[in-house]
Amino acid sequence: MNSAPRSIAVRELGVMEYSEALELQACLVQERREATIPDTILLLEHPHVITLGSSSDLTHVLIGKKELEKRGIKLFKVGRGGDVTYHGPGQLVVYPIIDLKPDRKDLHRYLRDLESVLIQVACSFGVQANRDPSGTGVFTELGKLGAIGVRISSGWITSHGVALNVSTQLDFFETIVPCGIRDRGVSSLERELQCAVPMTQVKKCIVESFEQVFTC
Amino acid sequence: MARIEVPMPQMGESIAEGTVSKWLKQVGDPVERDEPILEISTDKVDAEIPAPSAGTLVEVMVGEGETVEVGTVVALIDPEGIALVEATPEETVKADLPTGLEGIQESPALVKPSVAVTQTAAVSQSAEERLRMRSTPVVRKIATEHGIDVANIIGSGHAGRVTKQDIMAFIESSGTTRMDAPVTPTSQDLKGVAIQSEQSDFWASFYKEARHPEYPVRPADRVEGMDKIRRLTAEHMVVAKRVAPHVHSFIEIDFSVIDRIRTASRSRWEAQNARVSYTAFVAWVVSRVLRDFPMVNSAVSGNNVIYRGNVNLGMAVDLDPGLIVPVIHDADHLGLVGIGNKIVDLAARARGRKLIPDEIQGATFTITNPGVLGTMVGLPVIPKGTSAILGIGSIEKRVVAVTDQQTEADVIAIRKRSLFSLGYDHRIVDGADAARFLSALKEMLESFPEDA
Repeated sequence: MNSAPRSIAVRELGVMEYSEALELQACLVQERREATIPDTILLLEHPHVITLGSSSDLTHVLIGKKELEKRGIKLFKVGRGGDVTYHGPGQLVVYPIIDLKPDRKDLHRYLRDLESVLIQVACSFGVQANRDPSGTGVFTELGKLGAIGVRISSGWITSHGVALNVSTQLDFFETIVPCGIRDRGVSSLERELQCAVPMTQVKKCIVESFEQVFTC
Repeated sequence: MARIEVPMPQMGESIAEGTVSKWLKQVGDPVERDEPILEISTDKVDAEIPAPSAGTLVEVMVGEGETVEVGTVVALIDPEGIALVEATPEETVKADLPTGLEGIQESPALVKPSVAVTQTAAVSQSAEERLRMRSTPVVRKIATEHGIDVANIIGSGHAGRVTKQDIMAFIESSGTTRMDAPVTPTSQDLKGVAIQSEQSDFWASFYKEARHPEYPVRPADRVEGMDKIRRLTAEHMVVAKRVAPHVHSFIEIDFSVIDRIRTASRSRWEAQNARVSYTAFVAWVVSRVLRDFPMVNSAVSGNNVIYRGNVNLGMAVDLDPGLIVPVIHDADHLGLVGIGNKIVDLAARARGRKLIPDEIQGATFTITNPGVLGTMVGLPVIPKGTSAILGIGSIEKRVVAVTDQQTEADVIAIRKRSLFSLGYDHRIVDGADAARFLSALKEMLESFPEDA
């Protein structure tokens, strides 16, 4: 191979407002493009928020503005691919800010790689998750476990990324049609395993899988 | 005319088209080399497209929201910097570049020779990948709604892709009507599609119907949402009972020998701080006997049977309210005292909600002991992904007829006994298998080895 293996920096950000994370990503994308930072993945959770991707259908948000406010859910329209999704406590959000130029200038490969990471993580907890021909993301028998929506900025720098339901309060997904898919439920690692899953353990797994998938 | 074409870029091997989501620059705007001039979106990805050269954006050929194939020119940049601001994009196209545009529209044809190559290569790919390659999300959505397999449609798009036009034409020609409720095919369905489409329909409808029915509430009633464990248990039980054809067999076990061993060992175990319940004896025997009955330690998976290489015993624990099933992994490698201590430890941590994920996964056989609450016998539900469950009934003194070993006379005696029930999946375990398994359990429990 002509390029050195990637070294991936990890930034754990705890709980971060969606707007703040958007700004941070914009800065990091710029810095990554200028090569002042290495490939980086951000690990965080958001407070309750519904985001609309570029192919969003507003009718996929099922509750009104008032109800959103009442439940403390913010609404954002953002420049990532995909339809409507929900983020909130208990959901591990991973934003890779990486340069795809050296070895993987292929959007579908990138999506499949992200799916591989999620499948590996689920697998390391004994949960069998799969890709589904109906769309991007990973699914279990019970429903969608991880969602994907990414942005490629000029120069093949990635942002946005994946959201994995660890102990997400899945009721919140009832306020939307996740990714525009009506006939599949949502699931979380906790729902699959029927027990508490420590977020720190999931983060550790994500980082390991990410390094494994993206350095090969 | 040294205008530079900006084509819809090839963003990946299997990506055939892109939708212009937003123009970041307008006609007449100066652009720097590598400066993003538009955003496109494909399946789940938004991407910025940089200018291939510095200059002025002089033409925009594709409007926001329009989808074009890879290679289609979406804009022109004049590196000399001469702006043609007076023309609207459409007029520019028609007035300025009639021949150029034709060339552009035909440019995807240049890649068409690759169709054959792509299709040959597709043989080694999974059905899933092939489906992804051959269609876009819009097409797949239409296909799902109409119950059409995209693989059956001949694509006219890039690399043999099925375009929206292709599928609409297919629907018109075949007279396929939209289904009332679209069913998303699972990967299992896909594998079986070619040879067994009837069966896949069966499983699709089978799963679709599984929903808790609702009932009217009466005035004096109280309605509460189910908590997490309750909901999970409810779902699990519905699936478990629907999938596995349950059969139950019973056997009565005499605990006299075990009782004697417990009494004799009590002071020794107390000194070791060990706790060995009746359940521990049963678990020990089950873990040994299971080795000889692989079908009882298995799982039906599709048209296969997975014979488990380990003996992992699920032990149902009452949380009052609620139920959880921690697992003793490799129980057949533990001694009696080891199993006893493990049961006590798992039960305590289950009640304190302190189990880790590994400890509630991977059971290959389950034991439940509602007998401790006084019930004589039960018909337990087989946890999904396993083939059997053993229910222990109350262990209590009963009047039985036995043969006195010295006088060989039949006498009435008082013995500690219990009714065991085995729930088993009749897809893999037959009645005779269950009977042999239960008899083997009985034999070992009633002549329990002193040195276990």
